Amino acid sequence: MSWFTHMMTSSIGKKVVMSVTGLFLCSFLLVHLSINLLSLLPDNGLLFNEAAHFMSSNPLIRTIEIVLFAGFIIHIAQSYFITRSNQKARPVKYAVNAGNANSTWYSRSMGILGSLVLFFLIIHLRHFWIESRFLTELPADSNGTPDMYTLMIEVFANPIYNIIYLLGVFALGYHLMHGFQSAWRSLGIMHRKYTPVIQGIGIAFSFFITLGFAIIPVFFYFFRQPNQ
Amino acid sequence: MKITLKVWRQKNSKEKGQFETYSLNSVSEDMSFLEMFDVLNEQLIREGKDPVAFDHDCREGICGMCSMYINGRAHGPMQGTTTCQLHMRHFNDGDTIVVEPWRAEPFPVIKDLVVNRSAFDRIIASGGYVSVNTGNAQDANSLPIAKHIADEAFAAAACIGCGACVAACKNSSAMLFVSAKVSQLSMLPQGKPERESRVVAMVKKMDEEGFGNCTNTGACEAECPKEISVMNIARLNREYIRAALASEEDV
Ligand code: SF4
Ligand code: FES
Repeated sequence: MSWFTHMMTSSIGKKVVMSVTGLFLCSFLLVHLSINLLSLLPDNGLLFNEAAHFMSSNPLIRTIEIVLFAGFIIHIAQSYFITRSNQKARPVKYAVNAGNANSTWYSRSMGILGSLVLFFLIIHLRHFWIESRFLTELPADSNGTPDMYTLMIEVFANPIYNIIYLLGVFALGYHLMHGFQSAWRSLGIMHRKYTPVIQGIGIAFSFFITLGFAIIPVFFYFFRQPNQ
Repeated sequence: MKITLKVWRQKNSKEKGQFETYSLNSVSEDMSFLEMFDVLNEQLIREGKDPVAFDHDCREGICGMCSMYINGRAHGPMQGTTTCQLHMRHFNDGDTIVVEPWRAEPFPVIKDLVVNRSAFDRIIASGGYVSVNTGNAQDANSLPIAKHIADEAFAAAACIGCGACVAACKNSSAMLFVSAKVSQLSMLPQGKPERESRVVAMVKKMDEEGFGNCTNTGACEAECPKEISVMNIARLNREYIRAALASEEDV
């Protein structure tokens, strides 16, 4: 094995992969949410449609999309292998374990939270990404841009989908609450001066992403019902 | 005090263990947790039964031999305390206390509450030392060390190798232990020349021994009797990445 594979397959290297992909996915969340928030503007979704169309047609973004998928796949696959080896490291479980005395429940539940997010992600991709990219040709809005907005109105009219969506978003929120600051620590970045800043940003980021995404289905459900 | 103990009994590493329940009627609140076990064992011996095997040596919180997972916590409910320094006054009359051994694949149970922690020794043997004899203490002015560095190295050196960090970690990760050893040596001048090769060798050994991967839950720091900081784990990550990427030697 080369020194590089050695490093990347060590316990620390595996965590480096998790943190680099995790932080990259954080940047994706930020872009995704910024665009989604445009759908709350009272312009019948015209600006939102334009932004969505740009994201799905610009060649540079389409290229980054491939990297994004790779990021998701590596993050998920690696977490699966790490979780398996962690479970193997404790074959006999404790009869009594007072985990809450020494750590937060969400820091110990990254695998479950991540799986919830993945479950949501699959449904989510099916409704929007696969639907608009491969299954149907979106109708044009009044500006002639593909009308993603109307698709959103239709999907968010379904209360069951909204519940799954909210569950996914809150799972994501807790996942980020631990994951964001943990990622920096895995990269060896922990410092008396900067760690409080990183932790602050992590908390603010988790709240912003969770509440930002959560507000959208609620808003659409109550204020943007499809016209029959 | 009246105390009911549910203790893990296991003949050897091969056989399956189970909990046994024992009642103690006159536990003094001034006893340490281990002294209570001495009383229990005397009782068992009088009844012609096999006493409970448990690890201990110094009984003053410095050797790291005592272990025991007490009511779901490594070394029991107190912060910064080993089991030998845990006193019964922190429990209440009539309590039921569940006592288990450290549970981790690299720490197999030898008997009852005694686990084999040689995996830690093998990690140390893989590089947790300074190869040359550093001789007598030098003139202090010939080796200037900043106060905060000396303090941090000293704090890391307080690790007694008890394994509570592994026991408390949901992943059975040994990162806090290894990071304390790596920090202590790599921060001081005598340890610097082998800084890269040491961290690479010790992490390699740690992985080979079958410890889990750190997910930064912080349980180790909370349960460590010597309150070793997770800052050391970040330093270990940093030292490892630095050694792997920047040093001319292979990993
Ligand atoms: S780091 Fe703390 S808990 Fe871990 S072995 Fe050292 S003293 Fe024990
Ligand atoms: S017996 Fe030595 S630390 Fe507890």
